[in-house]
Amino acid sequence: MLDIHGITCVFGGLTALDDVSFSARSGEITGVIGPNGAGKTTLLNIITGIYTRTAGRITLDGRDISGLPPERLTRLGLVRTFQNIELFGKMSVLENVMVGLHTRSRSGFLACACKLPHHLREERRIREQALELLEFVGIVDLAGTAAANLPFGKGRLLEIARALAVQPRIMLMDEPAAGLNSRETWQLGDLIRKIRETGVTVVLVEHDMELVMDICDAIVVLNLGKKLAEGTPRQIQENPEVIAAYLGDE
Amino acid sequence: MRRELIKFALFAAVVLVIPATIKGGYLLNVLVFVGINTMLAVGLNLLLGFAGQISLGQAAFYGLGAYLSGILTATYGWNPWTAMAVAAIAVGILAFVIGFPILKLKGHYLAMATLGFGIIIYIVFNEYVDVTGGPSGFSGVPGLSLGDLHFDSDLKSYYLIWTMALLVMLLAVNLTQSRIGRALRAIHDSEVAARVLGVNARLLKVQVFTCSAIISGLAGSLYAHTVTFISPSTFGFHFSVELLTMVIIGGLGSIYGSCLGAALLTLLPEFLRTFQDYDIVVYGLLLIIMTMFLPGGLVQGFELLWMGMRRLRPGRAGRNA
Amino acid sequence: MDFSQQLSQYLLSGLATGAIYALIGLGFAIIYNSTGIINFAQGEFVMLGGMFGVYFYTVHQFPLVAALLLAVLCAAASGVAFERLAIRPMRRAPPLGLVIITIGGSILVRGIAMLVWGKDTHALPGFSGDEPIILSGATLLPQHLWIFALTVLLIIANKLFFQYTITGKALRACAVNQRAAGLVGIDVRRMVMFSFLLASGMGALAGIIVAPLTMTSYDVGIMLGLKGFCAAIIGGMSNGIGTVLGGLLLGVLEALGAGLISSGYKDAVTFIILLLILFLRPQGLFSRGESERV
Repeated sequence: MLDIHGITCVFGGLTALDDVSFSARSGEITGVIGPNGAGKTTLLNIITGIYTRTAGRITLDGRDISGLPPERLTRLGLVRTFQNIELFGKMSVLENVMVGLHTRSRSGFLACACKLPHHLREERRIREQALELLEFVGIVDLAGTAAANLPFGKGRLLEIARALAVQPRIMLMDEPAAGLNSRETWQLGDLIRKIRETGVTVVLVEHDMELVMDICDAIVVLNLGKKLAEGTPRQIQENPEVIAAYLGDE
Repeated sequence: MRRELIKFALFAAVVLVIPATIKGGYLLNVLVFVGINTMLAVGLNLLLGFAGQISLGQAAFYGLGAYLSGILTATYGWNPWTAMAVAAIAVGILAFVIGFPILKLKGHYLAMATLGFGIIIYIVFNEYVDVTGGPSGFSGVPGLSLGDLHFDSDLKSYYLIWTMALLVMLLAVNLTQSRIGRALRAIHDSEVAARVLGVNARLLKVQVFTCSAIISGLAGSLYAHTVTFISPSTFGFHFSVELLTMVIIGGLGSIYGSCLGAALLTLLPEFLRTFQDYDIVVYGLLLIIMTMFLPGGLVQGFELLWMGMRRLRPGRAGRNA
Repeated sequence: MDFSQQLSQYLLSGLATGAIYALIGLGFAIIYNSTGIINFAQGEFVMLGGMFGVYFYTVHQFPLVAALLLAVLCAAASGVAFERLAIRPMRRAPPLGLVIITIGGSILVRGIAMLVWGKDTHALPGFSGDEPIILSGATLLPQHLWIFALTVLLIIANKLFFQYTITGKALRACAVNQRAAGLVGIDVRRMVMFSFLLASGMGALAGIIVAPLTMTSYDVGIMLGLKGFCAAIIGGMSNGIGTVLGGLLLGVLEALGAGLISSGYKDAVTFIILLLILFLRPQGLFSRGESERV
């Protein structure tokens, strides 16, 4: 579904990514792992149009999406979450998700300012959908809280609900388990599986090896900007090069 | 949502009753200007308080509305209402066109660019003497009328202007509670996250900029037809800063706050003669002090006060018991 | 006077005002590079320089050099006070807050100047009289020579300072990466204060040396500030030769605009240039590469 072809990214003299290629298959959870500085977040930022690549091509269902700005990607069904969650702090939890439904509503300035009937209907609809999404991730009881006051773990769930609101076909998650305790991580794993069951393809950039091995269908290993290995969790676990990269060469 | 409506109805009732409670014609005259400044402050607040984009060129849109209306009616004999509509549309188109390049800029750069734009327009008002009358002003702008109702007294003008101002406030309140308002606040908080969710930040910013320019243009037309004489000095940089101060005092992101800020900054100079000599010192101090200590403006200050009093009350009851 | 004479006249007076813009622009660049802030109040320190100059030189009849030094010192002290009272407490404020603070500071300084010195326009006599000098057909005032000389001097001093002194190097380090500069032991807060000192001092000097040509009053800051900003933008916010060239270019264009088109629109010319550059080449005319300014 999402195909990465030979992505290279050079910052000044530093090659952050060197000819990385892999594919995320539809309906699967693909994990991208690697030690610190392997280029995982850079890759994600390139896919989502925040950094510019030096070379290479990215396609979504065969369509070239390299270098498109984030709002265009969202309209094509690709969404991401951030490592250090980017919530709209002053807005309530519910409103955060309702912003996610922005592309699923279309009242213009005039309709909104005049409260035209179709806008009011639409508003009710997105409120209900937003509540359903909060229910799905399990924080519906916090709907009225200001997002800035959420504990970190709940904030992460909110960010996922908000990303799901755009009804993506593929969701890129940047270290969703970072900063979570083991119980929260375990719940997150369940949630990601649940997301896959709704038909959303997931690309998971993650540090937490246990989580990745537990839920991913396929894994790509990056090291120092290069692709080191690719395969099922079992293949990766047994790959000597991966073991060497993680444990260090003796 | 219902609570918002009640709040607005109460506010509107107060505004409409005010003329009955005051005698002095002069105060009423000043209140007309509070209405115009409320429109302008609400317009700027949509841009600054919600989308987080600064503009120091609001006075230019205000002036363009006034001059276009004035010239079309006095020089070309148009009907004032048509002229007002045409002026608002023209100002809107101008804002939309310059909005795309100008709103690509952020923060200080945006402030500088809008200021530069404001000064260019101000220079045109002064130098295009054949059309605008230059620094000595432009007179003979006809007043507004509806059929046989001529808005020629302060009382009539009061109701005309405040009807418009209330309408602008109501539309603004509605807008800010809709998907558009949410998207604007999202852009303010984190533009990257908003864009990742599919919000077209660039277009929205330009649209809200256009919106605020149209409101300013309308206010300008109303000003021209009410005062019947306009001159460039009303529409300079000084006034853009005054508007900014109104919005900051009242509270970024609060529509009622903008009205409060407009009322304070319009009424104070009229009744405190000394204030007039110190006005820019006061504006400067207010901008700095409010931003440092009360970034939510007076409205937030009242809320804090209210919550503080509520917290105190049970304590006092306990002591009495 | 034939056309070429006229042209050299415009060129000369344009270069002189351009030199002033360059000095103001350098101030913008210095503060921007050490703090990431565009100091909206920069123009007000130029005004303060001129006003203090009038105060010490004309009102109190100090000798020229003493008046110059005192005026620059006073304006620079105000710059530092502004940094301490308004900028430093707001270091962690959201960007919009900082923008508003600097605008507020600019209005405040102007207001105080108005209260102290009134709304009148003040003239400062030329440093070496007002006897014009004829130079290949163009008329030149001795003050023009002062401007050229002092500007060149200041630019060289500026260059040497940033290149060879330890403080200058520290300031450059802050410009590249403030966190890293802090880690190697540079007192970043002192450097920020120092950059305000430098920028307001330089602006003030520009304000004094231009005052005999243009007169001065409490409200000249905004125009001079904007033009200095424009110079810095043309130069890509570098505190080097780019901004100097930007200032000179702007001054010449403005003089040509005033002479050949209309004097009333000469300021409009500047601001149209400013907008065009911000829209089309926000990284400046002389630099290559992407800019994060947009």
